[in-house]
Amino acid sequence: MSILVDKNTRVVVQGITGKEGSFHALACREYGTRVVAGVTPGKGGVSHEGIPVFDTVREAVEKEDANTALIFVPAAFAADAILEAIDAAVPLVVCITEGIPILDMVRVARILHGSETRLVGPNCPGIISPDQAKVGIMPGHIHKPGRVGVISRSGTLTYEAVNQLTRLGLGQSTCIGIGGDPIIGTTFVDCLALFENDGATEAILMIGEIGGTAEEEAAAFVERRVTKPVIAYIAGLAAPPERRMGHAGAIISGGRGTATEKISALRRADIAVVHNPAEIGAAVQEALS
Amino acid sequence: MKIHEFQAKAILTSYGVPVPKGEVVTTPLEARDASERLGGAVVLKAQIHAGGRGKGGGILSASSPQEAEGLAERLIGSRLVTHQTGPEGRVVKRILVEEQVAVSRELYAGIVLDRRAARPVMMAGAIGGMEIEEVAAKDPESITRVAVDPAVQLQSFHIRRLVLGLALPRPVQSTAAGLFAALYRVFQEKDCSLVEINPLVITTDGRLLALDAKLNVDDNALFRHADLKALRDPDEELPLEIEASKFGLNYIKLDGTVGCMVNGAGLAMATMDLVKFVGGEPANFLDVGGGASAEQIEHAFRILISDRSVCVVLINIFGGILRCERLAEGVIRAVRSLGVTLPIVVRMEGTNVDQGTRMLAESGLNFITAEGMQDAAEKAVRAARRNKADSC
Repeated sequence: MSILVDKNTRVVVQGITGKEGSFHALACREYGTRVVAGVTPGKGGVSHEGIPVFDTVREAVEKEDANTALIFVPAAFAADAILEAIDAAVPLVVCITEGIPILDMVRVARILHGSETRLVGPNCPGIISPDQAKVGIMPGHIHKPGRVGVISRSGTLTYEAVNQLTRLGLGQSTCIGIGGDPIIGTTFVDCLALFENDGATEAILMIGEIGGTAEEEAAAFVERRVTKPVIAYIAGLAAPPERRMGHAGAIISGGRGTATEKISALRRADIAVVHNPAEIGAAVQEALS
Repeated sequence: MKIHEFQAKAILTSYGVPVPKGEVVTTPLEARDASERLGGAVVLKAQIHAGGRGKGGGILSASSPQEAEGLAERLIGSRLVTHQTGPEGRVVKRILVEEQVAVSRELYAGIVLDRRAARPVMMAGAIGGMEIEEVAAKDPESITRVAVDPAVQLQSFHIRRLVLGLALPRPVQSTAAGLFAALYRVFQEKDCSLVEINPLVITTDGRLLALDAKLNVDDNALFRHADLKALRDPDEELPLEIEASKFGLNYIKLDGTVGCMVNGAGLAMATMDLVKFVGGEPANFLDVGGGASAEQIEHAFRILISDRSVCVVLINIFGGILRCERLAEGVIRAVRSLGVTLPIVVRMEGTNVDQGTRMLAESGLNFITAEGMQDAAEKAVRAARRNKADSC
């Protein structure tokens, strides 16, 4: 088993004729994901490398039965693309796009609340359930099916952690990049709840970073609701205050959102916090033994 | 993006927010003239992108145009150090000269974004003039918070709550209501991440005035605000950081000796943490991004080594979209064309790693290759120490 994406996932790629969208749509298909449709307004009716392209998400859902949208639309138009997918009642929307204006996301978050859609991202690498489906931009080959659930605010740091796991023979049930923006659709808490209820997942790895309070909320949730072992790494101990560390959401502001603060909250919830990023895999192995 | 106080006040004024009369000057003579026009007694406020200017000596009162000229002489060109500038401080290039205002009460008004609730939160504070975080810790009751639902927008009842929170005398209540409505419009229309008036004051003659103003704009929204983009002040940023941003590189200078070049923000932070963990100090944060070209790698290298305190370069790349052979090509090209003599530790992983490693080995250049992050960080820190002892 796995969460969010699997063999039944049918992907519509929004922005499929763009450079990124095209490249990754094909890479996902090559991995074995069912990429059933693409959307590029104005290009409906053409076929892109054998994938039918539609003008609207609604058509892709009606004609190809798409149940997951993967968005590569440029930042200026990405909020509209997410809203279109919500309007078409797509159950799962994964938005890769980085740089969406935050007030656009305020509106999206408002509409998302109470809709039938789950949004993952934006500014994220996507989701992969190894050997079942890859809905994102991560290198598929470093993953291996198994029993560790991975949740992360980062991209390449997640690949690093996954690679450590795979090398130790520890496979993954599902890996979710929740995104590096201040406002995201699916949080650590949402993913923890899903992994707690997933039969295939035996341990959960959380990769957090400076900025905001998502890790603190996760710690409180783990304390009350999670029975499986949780291992955490928080990036940014060496980060200076008041500087945005690449991700829009990674900023220590007014003395809040520091790595130290997050680490103590996680520790208080009895979560195994690993300090050395080269030993993330080893820490998971220890928790599982 | 941060903007200056005088720029924030100009924007607020255009939305009808009352501010003290003032002029921006760049010379002592202009300060004297401005002071004369403003009635003699003025306040001189250094325009830098950092808080704590008052305590740092960047806000001075003058009782006459002559005194204003003298103080401006001292202030302009000086290096102002506050708790937010770091020890190197900022050079003062402009001064806002404002009429002196007799204050009877200091208050606070602001809007921030609540990340968790995904809503703007408006705040009215009955205590002003000190940092809002400090007030929140000492006297949380004195702050009224109103989260605004984006589907409902700011309503009169929101505004009434905020105005009540300030415990104002009747005559200024309607001015305050207008002020909160204006702040909300500024926040929305200018894509702000922060609008703050601290202090908002009531003068002894009963006027409500924004004595200070801070306005931060969402970098991601600058594409739709050419007017705000033009307010960017390169003097407030480090030249290397500006240079990096031209090539889509995310670079932040730090104080250490280990220059780091990494793809992805999370991995870049983790690399810095690891350098520190094994006893070194990172010289910078540098994220070359997911799809960096050989040319971008070259620019990144040039920027990295122009920082004179760098004693070693640590490259940590997890190739996904960025393939290892492309990285190797960029690194080799950069080292050759820039004549780099610093030790370079390379750790690559991911797509086409064997090909990349072979290219580095066959280049005839002296790279130190590493297996894994830990090995890379340790080798880099050792090399930095050795090199520092020599010459660096």
